[in-house]
Amino acid sequence: MIPRSFEYFSPRTLDEALSLLQKLGSDAKLLSGGQSLIPMMKLRLVSPQYIVDINRIPGLDYISESDGQLTIGALTREHELETSDLVRSKFPILADTAKVIADPLVRSQATVCGNLAHGDPANDHPATMLALGATVVATGPKGQREIAIENFFPSLFTTALQAEEILTEIRIPFPLPRSGGAYLKLERKVGDFATAGVAVQITLDGAGICQRAGVGLTNVGLTPIKAKQAEAFLVDKTLDDATIKHAAELAASESQPMDDIRGSADYKRDLVRVLAARALGRALDRARGGA
Amino acid sequence: MAKVAIKVKVNGVEHEAEVEPRLLLVHFLRETLRLTGTHIGCDTSHCGACTVVIDGRAIKSCTAFAVQADGRAITTVEGLEQDGKLHPLQDGFFQEHGLQCGYCTPGMLMTGYAFLGANTDPTDDEIRRAISGNLCRCTGYVNIVKAYQYAAQKLREGGA
Repeated sequence: MIPRSFEYFSPRTLDEALSLLQKLGSDAKLLSGGQSLIPMMKLRLVSPQYIVDINRIPGLDYISESDGQLTIGALTREHELETSDLVRSKFPILADTAKVIADPLVRSQATVCGNLAHGDPANDHPATMLALGATVVATGPKGQREIAIENFFPSLFTTALQAEEILTEIRIPFPLPRSGGAYLKLERKVGDFATAGVAVQITLDGAGICQRAGVGLTNVGLTPIKAKQAEAFLVDKTLDDATIKHAAELAASESQPMDDIRGSADYKRDLVRVLAARALGRALDRARGGA
Repeated sequence: MAKVAIKVKVNGVEHEAEVEPRLLLVHFLRETLRLTGTHIGCDTSHCGACTVVIDGRAIKSCTAFAVQADGRAITTVEGLEQDGKLHPLQDGFFQEHGLQCGYCTPGMLMTGYAFLGANTDPTDDEIRRAISGNLCRCTGYVNIVKAYQYAAQKLREGGA
């Protein structure tokens, strides 16, 4: 399969990329990892007139720690997230997520920021970022602005990014002591999108009472879903079996799945319930210091 | 559309070409350079038959543009054999019967080349994860895992 012709630009600085986007407008598409874009271009689902390849811009590939936040740059690959000691020790939920995205060959190219910027509700990082309370940085001609992840996915395949903006960084607050998270996904086979996925991040106080809970859902609606009722229910509670069971039921009721080749809506809703309970259990183990 | 001049080192040899931006890396390798060892399987980013190693990382060459390889070094299956001697992975696939029809083999070899480059003492489970983006419809993977282990041992013994 061969994509339609396009004109190719390979800017060497972020400023150059931004002025290209301003000049070319909505006929231009950014290429980073390309693992969603290129297959879509080959199928001619999208045929951008201009491709702005940001891969040669130095300084956008990093995972670091600054001001109490984990920062992930625009060109950080899934492979790097999966193998980072910092991520594995402080954000096991992120390593969980990276590991189940596509396959290792795709992950050596695919970027974490691209997984968000693509706006696909079947992608895995959106749910995890919702659970973690992340912020994304959009850089445009007028400078940078921060967007809370819960405001980033207004509708199907649409993000809060403007045509002339680039998602340059993800910022995730460092978890407080006694925090834990997990991402669980059911896929029919390696490389498939989730039939459903659930991300959970919790923080306990010294007495084991839940202080904060984030719950995100993958591929059970037109956008990634923040399960707000489940989150609110968990706060100020001891996470015993009955609490986890009820929170999982709430998460299932907040999902909006549709029938498709991966299963019926009822099946997926029930899957959210099961995965949410398991993810809460694993998050709790991790918050208590387990692996 | 205007063609773009690229310079790519493939298996140690510099190549210069003018390519259409939409030319996929796999087509550049197979049709422009006539290196047909790299296979096109599914052409939809699933099967891994087109895997090549670019600057040390295994990628699907059907899911990259040739222009993206400008200035970079690529290893394809043709680059594994050195001075008439098979790479330990190739030898492993031979010794352990790691192929039947052979269609997936170039991709399996290139994934292994990058993987064993970073880890010469893998567990079977790590190998199975590493090849989870490479589909084989013949072998059931058991002998491919054995072939990787064979190569890993040779590499540990310094037989590369």
